Amino acid sequence: MAGRNRLPRGGRVDRSKSVSIAFNGRTLAGFAGDTVASLLIAHDIHFVGRSFKYHRPRGFLSHGSDEPNALLSVDRGPGKIDPNNRATVAEAREGLVTHSQNHWPSLDFDVGAINDVLSPVFVAGFYYKTFMWPRRFWDSVYEPKIRAAAGLGRAPTEPDADRYANRHAHCDVLVVGAGPAGLAAALAASETGKRIFLADEQAEMGGTLLHDRTSMIDGKPAQDWVAEALAELRARGNVTLLPRTTAFGYYNHNHIALAERITDHLADAPAHMPRERLWQIRAAEVVLATGAHERPLVFADNDRPGILLAESVRAFINRYAVAPGRRIVFVTNGASAYAAALDAADAGLDVTLVDIRPEGDCGPELAALRAKGVTALTGHTVLAATGTRRVTGLAVAPVSPEGKIGARKILAADCVGMSGGWTPSVHLFSQSRGKLRFDPALDAFVPDQPVQATRSAGAANGRYDLSEILAEGFAAGSAAAGDSATRTFAATPTPTGFLPVRALPTDADPARIKAFIDFQNDVTAKDIHLAVREGFESVEHVKRYTTTGMATDQGKSSNMNALGLVAGILDKPLPTVGTTTFRPPYTPVTFGTLIGPSRDALFDPARKTPIHGWAEEQGARFEDVGLWKRAWYFPRGDEDMREAVARECAAVREHVGIFDASTLGKIEVVGPDAAEFMNRIYVNGWLKLEPGRCRYGLMLKEDGYILDDGVVARLAPDRFHVTTTTGGAPRVLAHMEDYLQTEWPELEVFLTSTTEQFAVIAVQGPKARDLIAPLVTGIDLANDAFPHMAVRTGFICGVPTRLFRVSFTGELGFEINVPADYGRAIWEAIFARGAAFGLTPYGTEAMHVLRAERGFVIIGQETDGTVTPDDLGLGGMIARTKPDFVGKRSLARPDLVAPGRKQLVGILADDPTLLLDEGAQIVADRDQPIPIHALGHVTSSYWSPACDRSIALALVESGRARIGSEVFVTTPSSFTKATVTAPSFFDAEGKRVHA
Amino acid sequence: MLLIPCPYCGDRPEIEFRGGGEAHIARPRDPQAVDDQAWAEFLFYRTNPKGLMAERWNHAHGCQRWFNALRDTVSDRILESYRMGEKPSGGGSS
Ligand SMILES: [Zn+2]
Repeated sequence: MAGRNRLPRGGRVDRSKSVSIAFNGRTLAGFAGDTVASLLIAHDIHFVGRSFKYHRPRGFLSHGSDEPNALLSVDRGPGKIDPNNRATVAEAREGLVTHSQNHWPSLDFDVGAINDVLSPVFVAGFYYKTFMWPRRFWDSVYEPKIRAAAGLGRAPTEPDADRYANRHAHCDVLVVGAGPAGLAAALAASETGKRIFLADEQAEMGGTLLHDRTSMIDGKPAQDWVAEALAELRARGNVTLLPRTTAFGYYNHNHIALAERITDHLADAPAHMPRERLWQIRAAEVVLATGAHERPLVFADNDRPGILLAESVRAFINRYAVAPGRRIVFVTNGASAYAAALDAADAGLDVTLVDIRPEGDCGPELAALRAKGVTALTGHTVLAATGTRRVTGLAVAPVSPEGKIGARKILAADCVGMSGGWTPSVHLFSQSRGKLRFDPALDAFVPDQPVQATRSAGAANGRYDLSEILAEGFAAGSAAAGDSATRTFAATPTPTGFLPVRALPTDADPARIKAFIDFQNDVTAKDIHLAVREGFESVEHVKRYTTTGMATDQGKSSNMNALGLVAGILDKPLPTVGTTTFRPPYTPVTFGTLIGPSRDALFDPARKTPIHGWAEEQGARFEDVGLWKRAWYFPRGDEDMREAVARECAAVREHVGIFDASTLGKIEVVGPDAAEFMNRIYVNGWLKLEPGRCRYGLMLKEDGYILDDGVVARLAPDRFHVTTTTGGAPRVLAHMEDYLQTEWPELEVFLTSTTEQFAVIAVQGPKARDLIAPLVTGIDLANDAFPHMAVRTGFICGVPTRLFRVSFTGELGFEINVPADYGRAIWEAIFARGAAFGLTPYGTEAMHVLRAERGFVIIGQETDGTVTPDDLGLGGMIARTKPDFVGKRSLARPDLVAPGRKQLVGILADDPTLLLDEGAQIVADRDQPIPIHALGHVTSSYWSPACDRSIALALVESGRARIGSEVFVTTPSSFTKATVTAPSFFDAEGKRVHA
Repeated sequence: MLLIPCPYCGDRPEIEFRGGGEAHIARPRDPQAVDDQAWAEFLFYRTNPKGLMAERWNHAHGCQRWFNALRDTVSDRILESYRMGEKPSGGGSS
C-alpha cells in the first residue's frame, strides 16, 4: 500500500521500485525517490515529533534542509544510530528504521507536554533567570527535572561503526547549488574548458525546478531543461558533479568544506564504501547559487502538524506526488503561494487561499487562481490555527488597512500552506566575510561587497524571476571562468513580490497566544516582545536571550521574522537593528565526517623508537611524551609501579641500568661558522670547547627565559652534535633557523635534524664501563683517556658509534649513539652481556627519580617559560664575557634582576612518607589571613629509594635564602609542614660520575 | 585555511607554516647599548594594525625557509610574499 495520500500520477518518484521503512515500529511503503518525509505524508502522518521546550506536537514545516521540526532518530544497526536526522532530507530506502524523538513514554502520551501548560515559567531568558531564582530550585527542580526533559535526540552510546573519508581537490570554479542559477553557471563556466565542480545538497540536481510543473525554459518544460543541462554537464570531461554534497563552510582564500553523503541512501551499501566524505576544495572562483528560504507566517499555534510552508506543499505534491492534505488553505502575503495553490487545485485537492494584502495590492495571479474556481479571500488575517496533533482549520477574519479586525470565521483544513515571503540564503556568502546590504524592496539582506573571489547568483542574490535567475547564473559562471559570455533565457514569468508582515494582526491578547518564530528552539513572538521590554535591543542580544535562531537550523526560517519583529517593536528601520552573523556549518555535520579516518590508532601519529618492540616484549608500561611512546617502567611479576621504579633506581645506583634515550632531540650544527653560531645561540661559551668534549648547554629566548637545554658535543672544529629535550626538538630547530636566516645570514652554518637517525642507549651505573668495554673498539674507555663529559667516535659491536660519557642519573654513564637501524641489535647485544652485572632496564619514571635525587632539572617541569638561568641556580653557566647572545640583554631587565624571584630549592616534608603533590602551593604561614600569599609551588615530587623518603623540587620566592627554614605546602585537604633544602638530595658534590 | 605563497615553493596551505609575528622589527645591533624601554619595545611592542601588515612566516613543513608576507588583517588577503632581506614591491593597492 503506497499510502492513501499518494497522488495517482505525477512526481519524480519511481513507482516501479517500492521501498518500505519503519517509523515508530510501523512498516510503511513508498517509492524510490521518496524522502522519509514524503513517505510519511503519503500515509497521512504529520505528527512526527515533539518540540524542544514545550513538547508540543510537531510535523513537517519544509521539504528541505531548513527543516526545524521533523528530526528523527535513524537506526541503521549496532553503532549506527544517528539522532536528529531531518526527515525532509533523509532518503527513504528499503529497511530504514526511524523513530520520533523528545517524548516519554511515547509520541502520543508525553509527560513533558505539561511544559506547554507551564509555559509562563519557560519565558524568554528562562535559563538566565534560573540563576537569580532561589538557590534550592537548582537541586530540586532545574537540575533533575528540566535537564531530563531538555534536548532533542539522544546521543549514540556506542562507538560509530561507520567509516568516513576525506578528500582534497582544486578547481577553477566551484558552483554551489544546482538549481536554475547553478546549472546555468556550470554550463557557462564549463564552456571555457576550465575545471568545474558543481555541488548540491540534494540527491537529485535541479533545485526548485524539480517541483515546477508549469514553467517553460526555451520552449521546453523546466524539468526537461534540467535533464538536458545535466546530460550536457555530464558529457563534459571538465565537470565534476557532486550530488548529496552540502557546502557547509566557506573559509579563507576560497577554501570550501563540503560533506558528501555516500551510503545512507543505499539499502545494501558495499562494505568498502565510506558513509560520508569530507571534501576540502580550494577554488579559484566560487559561484554561490544557494537559493532562498521561505518564511513562515507568525500567528497563534502556527506550529500545528499539517501547517507547512506553501512552497513545500507544492514540492510534496509536484515532486513526490503526495498530498499533504485533502483540504488545503494557503495563507500568504505575496505572489509565490499562488503557484502552489494552482498546482494543488490541479492535483484535485480542495483549495482555499487567504491573502493578507488588500485586493488592490494583489497581482494578476489572483484572477488566474479564481478563474480555476479557487476561493481566494483578500485583506484577511489568520487569528489562530485549530487542532492539536493535526491542524483542523484556521480562524480567519477580515482586517482593515488600519488593522481593525472584523468577524472571524473558521476555514476547515487538514493542511495549511503558509508563505511569509523569501529570504535569500546568504549563509555561505556571509561566512566568506562578504558584506550584506538590506534591500527594502525585497525585505531581505542580499550580498553586497564580496571579500573573496566569489559571486552570488539567482535567488541567493535576491533574483526571483526565472529568466533573470538563469541569465544571472550564466553570466556569473562565465565571469568566474574568466570569460564574459552572457545569454538570455526565454522562461515563463514568475509572479514575485510580497508585503512584509511580522506577526499577523490579531484581536487576541498577545500575551496569551503562542505564535512561533523559531520552531526548533520554541521561541514565540511573545518571547521577543519580552526580551525587548527587558531592554535587549541589539538582535545579537535578543538572539542569545531568547535563543531564537540558535538551534541546529541556525534560524533559516526564523531569522528575518525575529529581526523584523524587533525592528517593529522598537520602531526602527530593520537594518539598524543589525543582522545575524552566519557561522559554519550551514547544516549539521556528523563528527565522523569531520574526523574522517583520524580515530583510534590513526588519531595521532605514534612515534616509536627502534627499541620500542623490545620494551613491549619485556612487558614495559608506556607513557606518551608528545607523540612519542616511551617505556615508563618495566614491572616484574606482580610489582606495582612504585616497587618497579624503586628496583630500577637501586639497580642503577648499585649495579648498572640500561635506558632508551632515543627520543632525545638531535640537531647537527655544521659549517665554518658553527662555533660562532653556537656562541650566539647558547648562554655558554663554545669557542674554546675542544673537539672531543661535551658541555651542558642552556638556550634562552630573546626575553631571557629558558627555552631548552641539552648536552652538546663538539665532534670537530666545524661540527657540533646538539641534543635537545624530547619535546623541544622542532621548537629549537625553528628557533635556530630563525636567527640563522633572519638575523645572521652572513654565518655559514647548516642545521640538520638527526633525531630519528640515531638510536641512543644510555648505560648508567657503577658497572657501566665494565659492561660495555668488550663491545667497544677504537675508543680507549679508561677514565683518564675518556673522562666525564667527553665524546668519542668508534665502533660498538662493529657498528659506528658516537659515544658520549655523560650522565643524567648522577652515576658513571655512557650514551651510545648508533645508526637507528642498528639500535635494537646493539641494545640486545649489551643486554645479553648484562646478567653478570645485574643489568636492569629502566624507564622514564626511574630516570625522573634519579635525576631529581641529584637535582637535575627538566625543562618544562621545573621551568614554565618565565624562569631564568639564575632562578635555577645555573647563572654560573653564562659566559659573561661574550658581547652578546640571544637573551643576554633581557637578563638585565629590571624584573629579571629584582630581588624576590622564585628560585629552585628542595622541599622535604616533615613526614618522610608523605608524597607532596606536584603543583602544590607553598606558603610561609598557614595561619595568614586569606588570601594567603603563595611563595611558590612544587615542580617535581617523587619517592626516593636512595634517600628512603619522599623528595621534592620547588620554585620558591627568594628560595636560596630560605634554605633551612620551615614552610607549609598545600595538601588536598589542608597544609603540611616542610623544610626548604638545597636542590640536591644525593651525592650533592657530584663525585660518582667521575668513577 | 590561508593559502600562503612561499617565495621558494609556491602556494601552500597554512598548516605547512609556522607564523612568526610582525616583520621588519630589526634586532638592535648592540643590544647591550639599548636602554630598558627601547629593549622592551623591541621585545613586546607590536603595531597590530587593522589592514595591511607585513609578517614573518616559516615554511616549517616544507623548505624550512623564513620569509615575509603582506597580509590584509581584515580580509586575510595576502598581497605578496618576499624573501628575507627584500622589501615588498609596494603592494597595498587594494
Ligand atoms: Zn617553501
